[in-house]
Amino acid sequence: MGTIVLKDVQKRFGDVTIIPNANLAIENGEFVVFVGPSGCGKSTLLRLIAGLEDVSAGEIIIDGSNAAQLPPAKRGLSMVFQSYALYPHMSVRNNIAFGLKMAGQPKAEIDAKVAKAAQVLNLADYLDRKPRQLSGGQRQRVAIGRAIVRQPKAFLFDEPLSNLDAALRVNMRIEIMQLHKSLGATMIYVTHDQVEAMTMADRIVVLNKGNIEQVGSPLELYNRPDSLFVAGFIGSPKMNFLTGEAATKHQAHTIGVRPEHIALSDRAGEWEGTIALAEHLGADTFLHIDAGRHGRLTVRAAGEYHLGPGSKIWLTPEKGRIHRFDDKGRAIR
Amino acid sequence: MATQQTRLLGKLAVAPSVIVLFLWMIVPLALTIYFSLLRYNLLDPGNESFVGFFNYEYFLSDPAFFAAIGNSLKLVFAVLAISIVGGTLLALLLDQAIVGRNIVRLMVIAPFFIMPTVSALVWKNMFMHPVSGLFAWLMKSVGLEPIDWFAQYPLTAVIIMVAWQWLPFATLILLTAIQSLDEEQKEAAEMDGTPPISYFYYIVLPHLARPITVVILIETIFLLNVFAEIYVTGSGGPAGNLPYLVYFQGLLNFDVGGASAGGIVAVVLANIVAFFLIRMIGRNLEG
Repeated sequence: MGTIVLKDVQKRFGDVTIIPNANLAIENGEFVVFVGPSGCGKSTLLRLIAGLEDVSAGEIIIDGSNAAQLPPAKRGLSMVFQSYALYPHMSVRNNIAFGLKMAGQPKAEIDAKVAKAAQVLNLADYLDRKPRQLSGGQRQRVAIGRAIVRQPKAFLFDEPLSNLDAALRVNMRIEIMQLHKSLGATMIYVTHDQVEAMTMADRIVVLNKGNIEQVGSPLELYNRPDSLFVAGFIGSPKMNFLTGEAATKHQAHTIGVRPEHIALSDRAGEWEGTIALAEHLGADTFLHIDAGRHGRLTVRAAGEYHLGPGSKIWLTPEKGRIHRFDDKGRAIR
Repeated sequence: MATQQTRLLGKLAVAPSVIVLFLWMIVPLALTIYFSLLRYNLLDPGNESFVGFFNYEYFLSDPAFFAAIGNSLKLVFAVLAISIVGGTLLALLLDQAIVGRNIVRLMVIAPFFIMPTVSALVWKNMFMHPVSGLFAWLMKSVGLEPIDWFAQYPLTAVIIMVAWQWLPFATLILLTAIQSLDEEQKEAAEMDGTPPISYFYYIVLPHLARPITVVILIETIFLLNVFAEIYVTGSGGPAGNLPYLVYFQGLLNFDVGGASAGGIVAVVLANIVAFFLIRMIGRNLEG
């Protein structure tokens, strides 16, 4: 079991309010990703759940009972840290076994659990090495192994992949997802990388300045963002926003169109512009277009686009793919 | 071509200081070795003669030599033990968020800045004096016979004074080491539910292994050379260490040859100690 419910959780450091009021229910076995820009309070929220920070007000209900006042070790959660936080002078074996040893479990049982975790994580050959003799990915696995053996109610990941290089990050992302599938455990994952959020999450929690902006599945957030912030944060390249005349035409204060939802033409279209810059990624080309009073727009073209910088171009947004927002930045539906 | 010229210029620029440092070391050492092979007494000047290793035989067979070596070692080990155990405890305490932490830290560091001569005089006359000292007053006020520290326990008294001076150094080094302990590691230990004693034993102590060896190395070098505390408190007779014996031989017995031989013996001993210490540290720095 591993349900976690946050009820009116608040966190203040002195006069500074980090989390004004957070409410969230996480189901057993769910993979939830907290995502948001730096300083949005996502790590703080995770640390509140872990018990590494004390809540200023509110309840954190783990498996039906309020855990807000319990010390971290008593909450039955495991955490994987950004820097892995392995104990440098202990072997991999002792690193993984440490939590169990502190919990006073019998030695035979500890050995069995460590062996099993090592097997799951492909660490069996490295058990007697010290952390500094391991590569980044292996260290990451040891940190996960340390979390697994305690058989927690939920796993907490605090930006665990941000210290890895890009290729390894993709591999570890898949490994963590497979792990989630095989363990069926609740996992909460903090990241600022929206690609990680989109690919891994059952549900994404988007945070902005300590507020939960929107909670939903990756495609819900992509297709039906509740606010300008979510619309701008999810999706890469960023959604184009237009105000003024173009928006008024759609009875909105601001309209948003994703770069992949704009059709290009060299003869006619709704908006007119000049190509300022073309980014060639091979499979796609991102065109940055100066569209006069509509500002600078980004458009995705499949493959290589035949026109280069300086060319005149016309843009037409796809029908039904235009997101409308009011003057407070909330979506109009 | 250009790099060769730069290199040559670099060597030339560094040369004067290297030469001065080298002479600074080698001239006194060579002179000391030379004197140690002479019969050279200040009461009988002008009659120096070559005597081979006689001075060494004389110095090494002197019972005072073994007493001095014993005192040197006791002083070094006792002060090391006190300053490392006490320093670790103090560092742990100062790492906590206590009221007026900055003031307390400053006060803890202060003894390190006091001249050995001054500290020895203060300890001798204000704390350990059998009549007017603070300790005597404390003992009398609870009805005990005051201790005449420098008459009854001279070596212990010297150890207390020197340990008081070196405790801040160990505290300072160990405190910075404790503060450099990775924050996420502390939190990981917290998540693992580590009780305080285990936390100290399994996480903090291994982290301190390296700074502790550094403290041992540096303190040993200086503790082998303690002189002022012994000289000023007049406890050189019973509690004299090797440097004091060299002083005694040279400036009280006017036997420059014997004192030089003693000095060379001290240099050799210090090198033996340094050899083992460096090896120990080398191992520790690898691990």
